[in-house]
Amino acid sequence: MTREKTNSKLQFFKADFKSDTPVSYVGGVNAGFPSPADDYLDVKIDLNQELVQNPEATFYARVRGNSMIEAGLNDGDVLVIDRSLEAGNNSIAVCFLDGEFTVKRIKIEKDFCWLVPENKEFSPIKVTSENNFMIWGIVAYVIKKV
Amino acid sequence: MIGLVDCNNFYASCERVFRPDLIGKPIVVLSNNDGCIIARSDEAKIFKIPMAAPAHKWIDKIEKNNIHVFSSNYPLYGDLSQRVMNILARFTPEVEVYSIDEAFLFLDGVPTPDLVAADLVQKVKRWIGIPISIGVAPTKTLAKAANRIAKKFPELNNSYVIDTEEKRIKALKWMDIRAVWGIGNRNAKKMEYYGIRTAYDFTQKTDSFVRKHFTVMGLRTKRELQGERCLEFEHQPPAKKSIATTRSFAEMQTALPPIEEAICHYTELNGHKLRKKKLCASTIMVFLTTNSYQKLPQYSAGFSATFPTPTNNSTEMIRYAKETVQKIYKSGYQYKKAGVVVAGLIPEDQVQLNIFDEINRPKYQHLYKIIDHLNESYGRQTISIASSKGSRKWKLKQEKLSKRFTTRWDDLLDVE
Repeated sequence: MTREKTNSKLQFFKADFKSDTPVSYVGGVNAGFPSPADDYLDVKIDLNQELVQNPEATFYARVRGNSMIEAGLNDGDVLVIDRSLEAGNNSIAVCFLDGEFTVKRIKIEKDFCWLVPENKEFSPIKVTSENNFMIWGIVAYVIKKV
Repeated sequence: MIGLVDCNNFYASCERVFRPDLIGKPIVVLSNNDGCIIARSDEAKIFKIPMAAPAHKWIDKIEKNNIHVFSSNYPLYGDLSQRVMNILARFTPEVEVYSIDEAFLFLDGVPTPDLVAADLVQKVKRWIGIPISIGVAPTKTLAKAANRIAKKFPELNNSYVIDTEEKRIKALKWMDIRAVWGIGNRNAKKMEYYGIRTAYDFTQKTDSFVRKHFTVMGLRTKRELQGERCLEFEHQPPAKKSIATTRSFAEMQTALPPIEEAICHYTELNGHKLRKKKLCASTIMVFLTTNSYQKLPQYSAGFSATFPTPTNNSTEMIRYAKETVQKIYKSGYQYKKAGVVVAGLIPEDQVQLNIFDEINRPKYQHLYKIIDHLNESYGRQTISIASSKGSRKWKLKQEKLSKRFTTRWDDLLDVE
């Protein structure tokens, strides 16, 4: 990581978009003195490595609608879903409920669970053994265009 | 020990990852031009629709029984296959990928292969959504048998290990000789004639009898069934000896131009595959064939050309492919299928240069690097050689094609 600014609350990092070359190129220029920074060059930030902990289990999906808007999931955002993560109480999960995919916060009760939207205009959905239900994967990150 | 991993009904399972509502429902997958059934889920097998059957002949049965039909979506199957193989490679010492949905695991020295197998079955199911079965045994042939047992008996939870003499004998007595790896249908009649019904019966025959009637290959299978390793684990898969692109036309073609265009396109695809694998081809073969199922005049021909210098340059390859197709094409026939095969593959960096070479190879290499990059970033055929893109009269029919959920931004799964 190359830290460029430390005096503000935000830390800025150099981005690297080429995941096949995550290592900075060192040297190669013969003219002049060697850069004093050469010894301190670090591996650049690779978004794939940051957002994808487990590539084999990671899938992307796109948010449609506004039911999770208060959790920061807007229409058109891309979800990074990690299917290897354990579903915990309060996880945001992509679920398959009675024939449709849906993203909601899950609250696990004793014999059933709730799919809780993050938008006051929507009501929680109660899921019982009567439903055709599976937790498809856990949302690890949201990618949004600002 | 050696493990054999097999993805259960792989193509149907891939479709179910993004259609969980179809779990437990019958599915068939059709070949590229929607001609034939190339995969069936267990639920579809019950309706006795045979493999490779032309779909249109079974349309009534398919509709009546609510069988879900998909066109083959190779980008999706390929991606999910790679994920499965990667997981296998992460948790075992070595993997030999045998096909898109099968792999051998090298488990010598692994202390608890049964636990490793059970864990892999669970992981692949949860992480990707693909059900797999694993058989573990001292030899490849026995591992195949163990896999069959793992699939057959649900209480085994899709993994089974043959690690004692008792289990081996039990497995062989259970196993129909026709289902043994390497026996095949050709030998089935002969087996029946000699009264060999199970794998166990086969192992009871003497070596000389087996060699005499089933050749040295049969003897190898016998020894493998007895637990003696004859088929080695391929630690490094041998380099591919040829690359082929062959397709059936959606509609029969009679005129030369659309056929030529298709051949050019296939050649370009082969060129891309070669460059991706950093290989060059020494020869190119083009073939054309009519539909042998129809009562029309039949013709089929193939012809090959040798490159002056082994190449992976599509422009150069297309020139030879075109000359070749012009040689074999005859008018008056309804062509159903065409293909291009490149062979004599050698690594790009081992090509002997020809001093009379008139082609500026480094320049082309650079050009193709850019073309391949653009096509990989923006989708196939963003840029192609003029002669390989035209009216596309021969384009494949892909009617019930699922989205490329894992390889295209525009095809991502929508969730509300």
